Amino acid sequence: MFDVRPVDTDYVRHRAAQFRAQVERRLDGSLTEDEFRPLRLMNGVYLQLHAYMLRVAIPYGTISPDQMRMLAHLAQHYDKGYGHWTTRQNIQFNWPKLVDIPDMLDHLASVGMHAIQTSGNTIRNVTTDAFAGAAPDEIADPRPYAELLRSWSTDHAEFQFLPRKFKIAITGATNDRAIIAAHDIGLRLVERDGKLGFEVWVGGGLGRTPLLGQVIRDFLPEDDLLPYIEAIIATYNLSGRRDNKYKARIKITVSERGLDVFRDEVEEEFLNRRRDFQGADHEALAIFRNRFAAPVFRDAPVEGYEEARASNAGFRSWTDTNLRAHRIAGYTSVIVTFKAPGATQGDASADQMRLLADLAERYGHADLRVMHDQNVALPHVHKSDLPALYAALRDAGLATANAGLTSDIIACPGMDYCALATARSIPIAQEIAEHFRDEGLEQEIGNLNIRISGCINACGHHHLGHIGILGLDRAGVENYQITLGGDAYDIPTIGQRAGAGFPAEEVVPAIDRLLRAYLDVREDEHERFIDAYRRLGADPFKAALYPEPAHA
Amino acid sequence: MSKAFTPTVAKPGVITANNLREGFNVWMCEDGWTADPTQATLFEDEAIAELALLKAIGQSNTVVGPYLVEARRGPNGPEPTHFREAFRQTGPSNYFHGIQADKQAEASNV
Repeated sequence: MFDVRPVDTDYVRHRAAQFRAQVERRLDGSLTEDEFRPLRLMNGVYLQLHAYMLRVAIPYGTISPDQMRMLAHLAQHYDKGYGHWTTRQNIQFNWPKLVDIPDMLDHLASVGMHAIQTSGNTIRNVTTDAFAGAAPDEIADPRPYAELLRSWSTDHAEFQFLPRKFKIAITGATNDRAIIAAHDIGLRLVERDGKLGFEVWVGGGLGRTPLLGQVIRDFLPEDDLLPYIEAIIATYNLSGRRDNKYKARIKITVSERGLDVFRDEVEEEFLNRRRDFQGADHEALAIFRNRFAAPVFRDAPVEGYEEARASNAGFRSWTDTNLRAHRIAGYTSVIVTFKAPGATQGDASADQMRLLADLAERYGHADLRVMHDQNVALPHVHKSDLPALYAALRDAGLATANAGLTSDIIACPGMDYCALATARSIPIAQEIAEHFRDEGLEQEIGNLNIRISGCINACGHHHLGHIGILGLDRAGVENYQITLGGDAYDIPTIGQRAGAGFPAEEVVPAIDRLLRAYLDVREDEHERFIDAYRRLGADPFKAALYPEPAHA
Repeated sequence: MSKAFTPTVAKPGVITANNLREGFNVWMCEDGWTADPTQATLFEDEAIAELALLKAIGQSNTVVGPYLVEARRGPNGPEPTHFREAFRQTGPSNYFHGIQADKQAEASNV
């Protein structure tokens, strides 16, 4: 049964102490690796290609300046000076030593952070819109519900050994920036007859069998959120396949059993579960709503903003691409991209993290959000502060004006770090970004989502890229398949494979042909690549990728 | 992970794993484990290699996840035949970190 448990540093300290004892028992031989592996995974510790990796949870991407400074401390003292933002709005450290990880968890616990359920067959970090509480198209702030789901799912005794990992996303906006259709459960806040509730999606996911979710309930009253979600996961826990790892996600359960059968089972379970919830969830939600109350926004004139735009081309370009609309007049949300020329997509240095913490305190109501596209947002910035914010970011190499453009590529760590990868992602992303910058085409191309995964598990969400790239091992050589027409946002779509893969050195020329063909056929500069693809179909783009019949 | 591999004279192999305490990559050598892949023992006999792998599995307080993987005889010792192993022996390509950096640091200390 659900109990109110706010962020509890005693609890995470206790868990850190438990893990310290587990590491000691592993090192003294009391635990074998087979016994230790599930324990370390429960605490976010993987063994990767070169070293251990620690994945730290950043619940729904929301992080305070002090927590960000702690991540900087860990990056500096236990890693090689940086961390890597993930597509689940978390952070990964690539070089920790096992013997140091208990200390790292103690440090995290001191600021209420942890690595619990960042791995394993459990309910993973709940993700949401990075602009939650700021976006003008929001029906309600999704974060109180995200926190309700987080606190309910953390250490949920029934769901520690699910058939497979389980991912929940929630959006409160009409434009879905949380990609709910690609999650095991997706939640969209909706209003009906003046009451808040959820459109509930189930059975979406990427990986080797990419599927978009389906609506299992078109309106779930908000009071029923936890019992209904618990009913879905309890149903899946029993009927999900444990005989085959590749068929164990809920998307397979739903597609094999059929949505209607699955829904009937869930509804029956829901009636049983609802009786067990005796209002603690509603009390908790009230507390969380309070915790996510909006900051006291400044009612001040926007001074200096237009003047700075007129006089500073760099500032103008940055404000053209890296700002998003805010619900409060005079305010904006700012995207700080971690996709500078030559940088590794999503890598943040300790100094950059500290600067972000300082700037969030100075200009951003002390609020920071890790975005699923491996950038960081300052959700609440008054426009009169933008020139100063820009100058500080620029001096740290963090004012690249490319949010949503060609070089704003999502890339998984790939075979540069990941033990599961079949090919590298990072160098391909860097080469594509560099090429289109050098060609001066990035602004002309406009909005474009390129996404790269280094294996079929699709951490880089390649299926959802307007252009997706999947790195594979073909007879001992890195080879890259291209998918076209995917979309994470406007009309969620799984991209379609264009044809035979390309060796690494042919990827950039292929993408170059593809995007030049797009520039040739688009109606005007407002027609994005994905719009042109939808209008014309795949043929003209496949023809550009495979100009010689022998390759078709 | 690499598929199970059995070495022969034509296709020799090495045994590699990760150091338990710190996580870095290691290779089985004559007197234990080394972080220098060129010092690895090259196995050409299936039975000897299998026995060595069993020994490695028995050293779970030192190393994690030992496996046999193909390698070829090079002028300075065993060399990787697959790009995955090549990356394990150098480090990531986006930063000069990992074994490539350790080797350079070692060379500058000599």
